[in-house]
Amino acid sequence: MRIIRDRAVVEDDFVHVPDGAEQPIGAKPIVRLADFVVVRETLLARHAAVGVRVSPDTLPADIPDLQRLALIAIEFPAFTDGRGYSVARLLRQRHGYRGELRAVGWVLRDQLQFLERCGFNAFELQPGKPLDSALEAFDEITVTYQAAVDDARPLYRRR
Amino acid sequence: MYQYDDYDRRIITERADQFRGQVSRRLSGEITEEEFKPLRLQNGLYMQLHAYMLRVAIPYGLLGSAQVRKLAHIARTYDRGYGHLTTRQNLQYNWPKLTEVPAILDELASVEMHAVQTSGNCIRNITADHFAGIARDELEDPRPYCEILRQWSTFHPEFAHLPRKFKIAVTGAPGTDRAAVRFHDIGLRIVENASGERGFEVLVGGGLGRTPMIGEVVREFLPKRYLLSFIESILRVYNLHGRRDNKFKARIKILVSALGIDEFRRRVEEDWEASRTPELELADEEVARVSAFFAPPPYETLPANDRVDALVLGRDRELGNWVRNNVVAHKVPGYSAVVISVKKPGIPPGDVSDTQLDAIADVADRYSFGHVVVTHTQNLVLPDVKTSELPGLHAELRALDLGEANANKLTDVITCPGLDYCDLANARSIPLSLEIAQRFDRIDYLNDVGDVSIKISGCINACGHHHVGNIGILGIDKRGEEFYQLMLGGSPGNDASIGKILGRALAQDEIVDAVEKVLGRYLDARESPDERFLETVRRVGFDPFKEAVYGTADLLETTGDSP
Repeated sequence: MRIIRDRAVVEDDFVHVPDGAEQPIGAKPIVRLADFVVVRETLLARHAAVGVRVSPDTLPADIPDLQRLALIAIEFPAFTDGRGYSVARLLRQRHGYRGELRAVGWVLRDQLQFLERCGFNAFELQPGKPLDSALEAFDEITVTYQAAVDDARPLYRRR
Repeated sequence: MYQYDDYDRRIITERADQFRGQVSRRLSGEITEEEFKPLRLQNGLYMQLHAYMLRVAIPYGLLGSAQVRKLAHIARTYDRGYGHLTTRQNLQYNWPKLTEVPAILDELASVEMHAVQTSGNCIRNITADHFAGIARDELEDPRPYCEILRQWSTFHPEFAHLPRKFKIAVTGAPGTDRAAVRFHDIGLRIVENASGERGFEVLVGGGLGRTPMIGEVVREFLPKRYLLSFIESILRVYNLHGRRDNKFKARIKILVSALGIDEFRRRVEEDWEASRTPELELADEEVARVSAFFAPPPYETLPANDRVDALVLGRDRELGNWVRNNVVAHKVPGYSAVVISVKKPGIPPGDVSDTQLDAIADVADRYSFGHVVVTHTQNLVLPDVKTSELPGLHAELRALDLGEANANKLTDVITCPGLDYCDLANARSIPLSLEIAQRFDRIDYLNDVGDVSIKISGCINACGHHHVGNIGILGIDKRGEEFYQLMLGGSPGNDASIGKILGRALAQDEIVDAVEKVLGRYLDARESPDERFLETVRRVGFDPFKEAVYGTADLLETTGDSP
């Protein structure tokens, strides 16, 4: 599957493991948080990189071994559900999470810029949506007034 | 007023281009209507009953004359020759074509205007006291903080998909609240603490709609430098924990009341302690930079004795009534603020034509340093008029059909678009306001009844703010017919209260009669002509009014209809 990572279209090297599956395969699985919690030591020992998929009502404190995760995928059950934006900011700014932060679910081109500003660096777009032209969305608005993950200074400290 | 620099200009120009792309991707089918909807809403484009409506942001209601002329031009070129002033100090066009909206945005951008976040589940236009900067009772001009908040909220990446819309209002006059701060998601009052330091009292969780609530204090005194970081924490707690399963329970007021103000405050303070950074503090230099744009205009030094009383009592009765009702005292000697009422028999409240807008721009240039303010009561204010020039201004406004002497009076009705335009409405509200305007179009009667607010909503979403009308009217649907509930006792100000239903709902041909009966009873019951309608209602209670409207038999009924 092709995804956007760090503003480029790439082939995904991670594999989503279905909810509740017992044996993840492949070097880089993404497992549901509930499954990860049960077998996390084995997973982290066996796999080169482990990703965890969380629902948007998951707060960073609910994710164990945060700093050992290579990837956190935050689900967007609807593109109008904005909780993931706050969760991402908390992960990056308050918990210092530096791994891949991926937006999955109902993710659309017109959210990319805001998602990136909140700390996401990877995106699985809604199936069927063009990926290459979506890259243009990152540069549509080139001035940002607020402090966010991309810059801790509001515009008035940069003006 | 605030002037854009290259940064501000770029963001608004790029926004117009971005929306042009979104429209073309919608027209090509790349995005569905469902996916397009939040995009267009965040750009003020709302689907009404018959057509799209475009809501243009007027930050804290302030306009320069060039902007007013541009609004007139857009009304003439892209719409049907008029615009509609809204209860949130904005202006909306009722008939724009989707394909022409990007061009309208370009036109707006050319005069430093936009339609950003005027609809949708995001932080909306920041509103303020319409006499900001000129009111005698003002502690400090709130507009610099409104502009700082406007910039902070514009395309805030974290808060673009909130559970529901989010409205912030600011007042700098702690003694008189003209911005209804207790009925906003966040209300800010500039106050002074015991040591004389200025800051904000922060209220949260007020609102109208289906579940009217009066905002509660979440922070008694917030030093100014923490304005943005603290509001950001309120928004974050709301964004993470506000309900998303039911749009009628999604406003922050529901979260605040479910948690209780103490638990809500604890969560906000906890987030704030963990997230505030030195960078987020509002720098004095930034406050000074923005405040400089709101420096007073070059007033002349004029004698304090400005002869307003002489005008009120003078031989020209029309002028006298207008000065008495529409002219407001100004903090600078020799100047007055003038309310231009657009409420006139035969015209839907808030509607202004392109020719009127052009003429108002012209009058503003000649009489008021080129400034015009939109009020949440759907009128306009010329903030800085020389008192000696009031007679000339009045003559010109009369010639433009803008000389109605009814500010804050019975016929200065606030109304939503209602069933004539809106697909949420249960009943029409504009015809009702027109009937009120016609029925009570007698200046002596208006003056006798004095200050009273009538607010009409066509459905329980309460866009006409009926809960806070001294007299509130709510349109409901009763077995397919339009009926109206009558409420008394609401107030949006420092003495905030939510009106209560008087009795059973009334048919369309009964409701204005009922208003007249209520007013008749008030005139009989008041202790003196100085006792305002609201004061009388609060003093004597509902029974005399119930009796006047429904007769004695209905007094036995203890409950009215509820929606």
